[in-house]
Amino acid sequence: MAQGAVAADAQYDYDIIKKFAIMALVWGVLGMAAGTYIAAELAFPFLNFDIAQITFGRLRPGHTTMVIFGFGGNALFATSYYVVQRTSQARLWGSGLANFTFWGWQAALVIGVLGYLNGITDGKEYAEFPWYVDVLIAVVWVAYLVVYVQTLRRRSQPHIYVANWFYLAFILATAILHIFRNLAVPVGLFHPESYSLYSGVQDAMVQWWYGHNAVGFFLTAAFLGMMYYFVPKQAGRPIYSYRLSIIHFWALSFMYMWVGGHHLHWTALPDWTSSLAAAFSILLLMPSWGGMINGIMTLSGAWDKLRTDPIMLFLITALSFYGMSTFEGPMMSLKSVNALSHYTDWTVGHVHSGALGWVAMITFGSFYHLIPRLWETRLWSTRLVYVHFWLATIGIVLYIAAMWVSGIGQGLMLRAFDDYGNLAYTFIETVQFMHWPLVVRMLGGVFFVSGILTMCFNIAMTIRSAKLEQAAIEAKIAAKLAGAGA
Amino acid sequence: MKLTHESIEINAGLMIVLIMLAISIGGLVEVVPLYYIPGTVEKVDGVRPYTPLEQRGRDIYVREGCYTCHSQMIRPFRDEDMRYGHYSLAAESQYDHPFQWGSKRTGPDLARVGGKYSNAWHVQHLNNPRSVVPESIMPNYPWLLKTELEYSDVAARMRALKTVGVPYSETDEEYQANVDKFGKDVADRLDINNAERNLIAQAEAGNYDGDPGRVTEMDALVAYLQVLGTMVDFSKYDEGYFAEFR
Repeated sequence: MAQGAVAADAQYDYDIIKKFAIMALVWGVLGMAAGTYIAAELAFPFLNFDIAQITFGRLRPGHTTMVIFGFGGNALFATSYYVVQRTSQARLWGSGLANFTFWGWQAALVIGVLGYLNGITDGKEYAEFPWYVDVLIAVVWVAYLVVYVQTLRRRSQPHIYVANWFYLAFILATAILHIFRNLAVPVGLFHPESYSLYSGVQDAMVQWWYGHNAVGFFLTAAFLGMMYYFVPKQAGRPIYSYRLSIIHFWALSFMYMWVGGHHLHWTALPDWTSSLAAAFSILLLMPSWGGMINGIMTLSGAWDKLRTDPIMLFLITALSFYGMSTFEGPMMSLKSVNALSHYTDWTVGHVHSGALGWVAMITFGSFYHLIPRLWETRLWSTRLVYVHFWLATIGIVLYIAAMWVSGIGQGLMLRAFDDYGNLAYTFIETVQFMHWPLVVRMLGGVFFVSGILTMCFNIAMTIRSAKLEQAAIEAKIAAKLAGAGA
Repeated sequence: MKLTHESIEINAGLMIVLIMLAISIGGLVEVVPLYYIPGTVEKVDGVRPYTPLEQRGRDIYVREGCYTCHSQMIRPFRDEDMRYGHYSLAAESQYDHPFQWGSKRTGPDLARVGGKYSNAWHVQHLNNPRSVVPESIMPNYPWLLKTELEYSDVAARMRALKTVGVPYSETDEEYQANVDKFGKDVADRLDINNAERNLIAQAEAGNYDGDPGRVTEMDALVAYLQVLGTMVDFSKYDEGYFAEFR
């Protein structure tokens, strides 16, 4: 046992994974705290304090960037470098280049987020990075692809394990999306601003082709890769269906790229484009649920683990939220539903049922599995994992329920007419109506942030005890050697 | 040779090629035709590029992240028509780099806010929204009125926009083409060579911020807001005309 552990550390590059994992948590806390703060600003606008840097419009891109690319991105770097090594039974290729991906990625995040707060932004949702950060990200991403593929090529197995297919699709798709969304002409070589190559309706289509696939590949395919490694590992059982994984992988990769236009229903985008996108959105339900079923059914025959293993609880709850939000998504892509839901908080709630329920929960579960293995120890407290689970789950439920009330309520109010055919409500009346749902949503955020803080404490104590154990062992060995010498 | 899934699973190169193929098709089919199908951008008179001052206002609109709460895209529904006006045309944002249609209405749509309120109302509202709409949850933007507008780079900005396709003019031919397309008055304001002069002249003549002596960020932003949705004269077209393009 001890021999195996020593061998693992020597065989694999764990240092880079440790760095990414810790930064995922750091960005997670910052990003989620920022999210809770801007949620509070909407409920209590005095919190903007007339400080330009923290107004909603500038802090919101900071929030989305820190949670998607900071928390999500670092978690994906960490787990993909772990999974590709473990499933290939090969050491990570190019540790210098891998280190470059680490520092390059953190630099992009820091420069990007500080830029937004000071008014430097491209003004394209989820692609707000200014052009010079875009260039940095492109370089980092190519390095990432090289490290990943070269490690795959070192594999001592003939087969590439399914988790790697998903990570690979995510890396390739993100490269394409990033490059084509960010084609722009800078105002000058030393000027932070640039103007998008596309305009108007084409820019809108490129935006949501990018935006929805940031969801599809960055926040879904990649996290499915995470799921395909950590769920079977934690369950101690093989993946439910190999065949299902093949079908849903290719179907998901092909279909996701078509659905972005559903963000533009009833807009000046031609009807053919958004209708086509809606058709594919409905089809996409099948590969999405293929992944959910494959994950959840992996536990078949071991359902009792849900009673005894809080990590399993995280993973299975994540898959359940994944199933729920990938049902809600196609439904919202129907034109008649979208007419009501679009522009409202319903969309915001939908995104968060995916982002908190699926992305964050699967990451928490995977990290609770991963981190003790990286530091060769056991979790400091299992009870705190339960505490985290319930804080997170209550937070999500409050969040989504509040957004349903706020979004559907506002949608219905805006389209209501009185007996004379006049608008029944002014816009500002809908804003007043949303106050309490927005307060509850903020509380949901407070719960969720408390959860990740609990996790950080637990992880910090785990790492600390690992170091103490290590020191104790070393002292013992030293004492023994000294004894033998005397 | 039999092609099984196994042959993909054991060959990283083949897998990369097939993934690239699978993920490339959707985007190509949905984006590229938008440049070639006639009528994607409606044929309509009046839409012109922004003047230097309006464009600087638009830059500030982007900088402050207004799009995180305000849309600029009116949908063809009865309630939106009554609340905001005629539904938005693709033509109306054809010079918008990037587009600012938005995805969320925490505040109302702004696609046709131009001319709806006075300049003084906008200044008061941006400075302190709750002084005119007590229930508003919008942040105050007091720095707009206090900050002098940076416009030394406005010509460089227009040149960058020209590179991505906005018809600002630099040469005589380009200017003549604009005269033919937009008329002399507009063509004069789209001339990069006179960008700074035009910007100052519009700010002084428009006096958007109530202080004719200074050109502030408020001047630019209000100039931008006041032009939104006003370029097309819908009374010149019957409703069936625009429906043909949809």
